[in-house]
Amino acid sequence: MGDMQIPALVIDQLKKSYDGADVVKNLSFTIESGEIFGLLGPNGAGKSTTINMVSGVTRIDTGSVQVFGHDNRQAYRITRCLTGVMHQEIVIDNFFTIDKALKMHAGYYGMKDDPAWRMLLIDRLGLGAHLHKVMFKLSGGLKRRFMIAKALIHKPRLLILDEPTAGVDIDLRLTLWDFVREINERGTTVLLTTHYLEEAEQMCGRLAIMNHGELVALDSTKRLLNRLGGRQVTAQFDRQIETIPVELDPFHPVQTEEGRALRFALPEEVTTIDLFDKIRGLGLVVTEIETRPPNLEDVFLRLTGSINNVR
Amino acid sequence: MSDNSRPEHYIPGRPFLTLLHKEVRRFLRVSSQTIFTPIITASLYLFIFGATLGERISVLEGFNYAQFVIPGLILMGVINNSFANTASSLFMSRYLGNIVDLLVTPITPPQLILAYTIAAMIRGLSVGIVVWLVSTFFAGLPWDAPLTAIGMATMASLLFAQCGLVVAIYASSFDSLSMYTNFLILPLIYLGGVFYPISILPEPWGKLSHLNPMFYLIDGFRTAILGVGDLPLWLSFLVAGIMSALLFIWVVFLIGRGHRLSS
Repeated sequence: MGDMQIPALVIDQLKKSYDGADVVKNLSFTIESGEIFGLLGPNGAGKSTTINMVSGVTRIDTGSVQVFGHDNRQAYRITRCLTGVMHQEIVIDNFFTIDKALKMHAGYYGMKDDPAWRMLLIDRLGLGAHLHKVMFKLSGGLKRRFMIAKALIHKPRLLILDEPTAGVDIDLRLTLWDFVREINERGTTVLLTTHYLEEAEQMCGRLAIMNHGELVALDSTKRLLNRLGGRQVTAQFDRQIETIPVELDPFHPVQTEEGRALRFALPEEVTTIDLFDKIRGLGLVVTEIETRPPNLEDVFLRLTGSINNVR
Repeated sequence: MSDNSRPEHYIPGRPFLTLLHKEVRRFLRVSSQTIFTPIITASLYLFIFGATLGERISVLEGFNYAQFVIPGLILMGVINNSFANTASSLFMSRYLGNIVDLLVTPITPPQLILAYTIAAMIRGLSVGIVVWLVSTFFAGLPWDAPLTAIGMATMASLLFAQCGLVVAIYASSFDSLSMYTNFLILPLIYLGGVFYPISILPEPWGKLSHLNPMFYLIDGFRTAILGVGDLPLWLSFLVAGIMSALLFIWVVFLIGRGHRLSS
């Protein structure tokens, strides 16, 4: 059986609790080899705990994690060689320069230094001018770039990025996502968490959304948007609508522009024609229509009831 | 890791050697603190006890005080620095959070322990060698059983490197780390017979000193160098060996379980 048929990551009935509080509750999902998979959720949803259990930083209470068919506790030396992790918090060793630290990290994974690969990472992540600076002299953005290079230095087949763009400028974000796509095209499976829903929407083929330690949605990004995002339709009227007719309730109307317009979120089973048939039936005259495709914010809000921690 | 499942680029032993190399580089990078400061401290002791009091006092028949105190000072340097290296390195990794860099790698707990321990032993024994070299300006030593002395110094550095790992795991802050050093390690060293032979202590202090593990190490090392001491050499090695083994098992248990390292 070729490796392409073995899932990159299988999480089965994973549980973790701290001081009696369940942080991850019977979590199960599978990431196929070659995917860019997004794990989303508000703060405290259990994303980082899940990632830490996969990478070996956090002990698993019950359940199992398999990386390319290898159990991450029984065969941890194999799974850790196969996995590269960029943690959410900035984790660096202040004693060493970027160049030295990257060489050392390759060694930690039992790998001989590959200068061509190291220089590629350095080049693509814009670290070239800072190679011989010690870590504590680097800016926050450079530290994050280094952490990405560090996660990739041993050529992992599963790359885990936990909030890689938190607090970084737009330039780095674009560089990073371009590079992640390139790495993915070279065959690396990517699991990422991000607070930027727009990025998840653009980057990820499939998404899992967690809330309170549980999986509340798991589907392809496209299907998730169509199923739960709803199309947004804004209709302007020839007069002010003072009271929204109850007949429009199934279309989830919200007044905008001081009552001269209504914005509707259409569920999957309702067509735009159904909406306008209903509006016409009520004797209302539409002067302008604007439609917007569903977005992840709507899905996220609907599933978690919270948008405060995401953008 | 079996051959058929090992990632193709994996070189066995390399993770351990890399960590050992990193730990040695870490203390060499701050050698002004880790090597030269202890040497200067020991040199001051040597000056005080060698150049000023050395010829005037004798606590052991046939030897002047400088000859008596030098083995203790050498071993104190070995012990202090072996302990400080593992304690500070592992604690800083925990404190700064970069211990996760090791937790996500294929380095096994015994490899991690050995890499930290051997690096600490290199530092401790290096300081011990330099202290001995400096001491030659003040007094010559007979070196009755040099290999035994080296064996005892190695055992002492091994034991206190393990001790440093235990302290680094249990310490919750810089304050508690220095408390372990100031209220446990230093009193054990100073009361363990560096500056005086335990045999001259009145009771119950003499008997109580036999409960101090440092006494066995210092006396064993001194006996190997001077040819005379309070205890038979085999007893010193036995106590040091048992303590090292127990501490190693304790550290393997703690690090194997990820105690205070992983959540």
